[in-house]
Amino acid sequence: MSDERPDDPQVRYDQARYVENGEYEPLLSEKDLTRVEIGGGEETADGESPLPDDLTRDSLELPELSEPELARHYTRLSQMIYGIDSGPYPLGSCTMKYNPKFTEDVAALPSAAVHPDRSEGSVQGNLELLYRLQDYLGRIGGMDAVTLQPPAGAAGEFVGIRVAAAYHEHNGEGHRDEVIVPESAHGTNFATAALGGYDVVSLPSDDEGRVDLEALEAALSENTAALMLTNPNTLGLFERDITEIAELVHDAGGLLYYDGANLNALLGRARPGDMGFDVMHYNVHKTFATPHGGGGPGAGPVGVVDDLAPFLPAPRVRQREAESAGGEPRYERFEPDHTIGKVHGFYGNWLVLLKAFAYIARLGDEGLADASASAVLNANYLAERIEYDVPYGPFHHEFVASAGEQDAADVAKRMLDYGVHPPTTKWPEIVPEALMTEPTEVESKATLDRLAAAFNAVAGEDDATLEAAPERTTARRIDQTSAARSPRLSWQALADES
Amino acid sequence: MHGSHATGSPYAPHTEEDRTAMLEAVGADSVEDLFDVPAEVAFDGRFDIDARSERETRRLVRSLLARNDEVTELLGRGHYGYYVPSLVDHLADRSEFLTSYTQYQPEVSQGFLQALFEYQSLLVELTGLPVANCSMYDAATALGEAATLADRIRDTTGHRVLVPELLREERRSTLENYVAGTDLVVESYPVEDGTVDLAGLEAAADEEVVMIYAENPTVRGTIEERLEAVGDLAESNDALFVLGSDPIALSLLERPADVGADVVIGDASVLGLPTSYGMGLGLFATREDYLRQVPGRLVGASEDATDRRAYTLTLQTREQHIRRERATSNICTNQAWVALRTAMHAAVLGPSGMVDLAERDVRRARDLAAQLDEIVGVKAPVHDRHHLREFVARVDQPARAVADDLEKRGFAVHVVGDHEIQVCVAGVPDERLDRFVAALEGVIR
Repeated sequence: MSDERPDDPQVRYDQARYVENGEYEPLLSEKDLTRVEIGGGEETADGESPLPDDLTRDSLELPELSEPELARHYTRLSQMIYGIDSGPYPLGSCTMKYNPKFTEDVAALPSAAVHPDRSEGSVQGNLELLYRLQDYLGRIGGMDAVTLQPPAGAAGEFVGIRVAAAYHEHNGEGHRDEVIVPESAHGTNFATAALGGYDVVSLPSDDEGRVDLEALEAALSENTAALMLTNPNTLGLFERDITEIAELVHDAGGLLYYDGANLNALLGRARPGDMGFDVMHYNVHKTFATPHGGGGPGAGPVGVVDDLAPFLPAPRVRQREAESAGGEPRYERFEPDHTIGKVHGFYGNWLVLLKAFAYIARLGDEGLADASASAVLNANYLAERIEYDVPYGPFHHEFVASAGEQDAADVAKRMLDYGVHPPTTKWPEIVPEALMTEPTEVESKATLDRLAAAFNAVAGEDDATLEAAPERTTARRIDQTSAARSPRLSWQALADES
Repeated sequence: MHGSHATGSPYAPHTEEDRTAMLEAVGADSVEDLFDVPAEVAFDGRFDIDARSERETRRLVRSLLARNDEVTELLGRGHYGYYVPSLVDHLADRSEFLTSYTQYQPEVSQGFLQALFEYQSLLVELTGLPVANCSMYDAATALGEAATLADRIRDTTGHRVLVPELLREERRSTLENYVAGTDLVVESYPVEDGTVDLAGLEAAADEEVVMIYAENPTVRGTIEERLEAVGDLAESNDALFVLGSDPIALSLLERPADVGADVVIGDASVLGLPTSYGMGLGLFATREDYLRQVPGRLVGASEDATDRRAYTLTLQTREQHIRRERATSNICTNQAWVALRTAMHAAVLGPSGMVDLAERDVRRARDLAAQLDEIVGVKAPVHDRHHLREFVARVDQPARAVADDLEKRGFAVHVVGDHEIQVCVAGVPDERLDRFVAALEGVIR
């Protein structure tokens, strides 16, 4: 592929761009705004307004458009979006895998559309499926008990932190008020610990990019509630000293929390439970291929060891003692003895959990193990192919390259012009001008070669070219400063301005 | 791409030749060599989960879900099953919407950003509040986020959060988890005949209160009549007035800004999602004053290098990936795709369709209550209030037994007291409501 050039047809890319009256696709409000008056004795199709005027609003003003107009609007909007199905999406730490289409069909089954307040007896299908998913996740993570309630990874972290708090409180150790988080951890770890009321103790990395054991020993104390760790860490490195880390944390009376963001690297190769972790979350929208939907929904189930199971959110699902020999097993909800209560109004993101279940059931042992193998092979191959330096290794499913003298954010903008989504940039900060790259298992060698060609084309370009990028995308470089300085967050704000 | 598919995952496209060439390029003999996992924590890969074909997997899920009974759900209390137009499924399921992620590269994500901007604008119109984020997880977590917002912005030494005594236990419990890391304490104020007991609330409120929460409609389906007084009470105590609602209710009921609401939360997925076992979409809107304290993502308008209007995530210094432990929330992955669906559903209905839907449910609930009230042994509605889409009925017989019997006849209702059932008309066709009346007559007889 060394003779491939950015102008070769296979890396040329022009994103759809609709322009009307000099602007991109108009807002719905620019196509129509209709004000509907309410009450005031107004006759509607069904007669007078059914409520007294003092209980209703005066009017409602929104776009009133026909279905064909809307179909066109949303189709155009969709064409102005780059997704996994558009091309490679190696956004580090986000595990942007292909989302198998059949899982959408599964989630659309009419029998899946049930209300959360249905009686246990009449939703045995939901309960059995959730029970099986709890069981799958327990096996995959090496955990004894699982809750499916948290609606996202950060919500899972919050459950982990609340469970840890309840556990310490239960043991008369409520004074523990610190959570240790490695400097290179996901921002959610810090924010979650703070939301849980903990002081955050930041842990520096050692020269090789892993947990510094001496620094860890110094940070641990009788006030330590937990250490939150990602493994492999955000550099893609396996924390080789994990057994010793677990011992140190446990000896200090703390709990070890596993951030599941990088679990895709280890499927079938190592399990958090076997490494000494007490509590973990799973990002099913990463590891188990449910669609990211432009930002969500995801789901962040939490697994724990036996000692922590009594503190999990309520309810969980369990199999009931068989009522008759040979009969179908029945399932029921139950409240763990010392539950922290609820972290979602109902049972979490059911439709996402359903897709995750289908993905795991489809892949089985062999497919799951191959996901990690191919993901790690892909990351290693891509790193080998690109000209940017990768300072830390051996990495697994992702690597962090350095853009060196170039600005990583500009590199990313320029990569858009080559028809690929760029990596996560400028983080973790331990690597200067970081390009955090996670190709996942779904890319073929040919696609990785094309992706590498994009990296390498940009590596050879000058700053002026990078700063002028992107030029083939729907919008050109967007002014972030102006967006933040004078926030315009609605079409009403835009109308007030003009 | 010739040669045999060499991998165990149907979604990893490598051929044997590819794999060999890639291993050679990285200088490894096997994929195993690439794993830097100490032997003492290595796992043998045996989860004992069988692989299945796509068809078998679909059959498996279908057979599991076939164990759900088919009943007509007259259920609400915070989760509603409105009919979702086909356009929503077909267009929201387009790959670009479904398979993209958070718009960290706005230049290549304009379509989603614009849809979220339009969603925010919808909420601004519905609430009358100028700042709406582009999603929280659900109503319960949005309520929790509202309380932590109150904790951040109130100067008072107070720590009391007042919620109605009828608040769903699940919402209250979620709220309590969210404030566990603060010194806030959640307390109940009394409810009178299904709506806020203003005298009781006045007695409970003092300068120690940082937040008063009310819902419209309430969990029992009643429409609040004294919200402005609640807003005044909150203001006089320098407390944040947080109002819970949803986009259909907001299409018809008093505009939150007009009754002094500082924050509106709720479940926006009443539009856009069918019944989804409680999966939701957290609505969060507030005043301009609290803009820099808002949790979650905000989409703003800006310009691109050609001076055309373009959209981007903005004010991100509030968020966890930048501000870490000083962020306004820990939320990262949110419910963006559900927000897209909600915006689409609202667009299909248009303002007249949204108002009609709300008015129709007021009438349908009222008519159904009148029909049930004619059954000897049933009083409906229990509360002498206006209702939106659901109401509580008193039954002389034990409510649990009535509900169980109804379920056998194919209808699900809530049991909310020893002799109280709750019935919701949202999304239920008229002819089913008629059959429900007949079924209840049969049960009571």
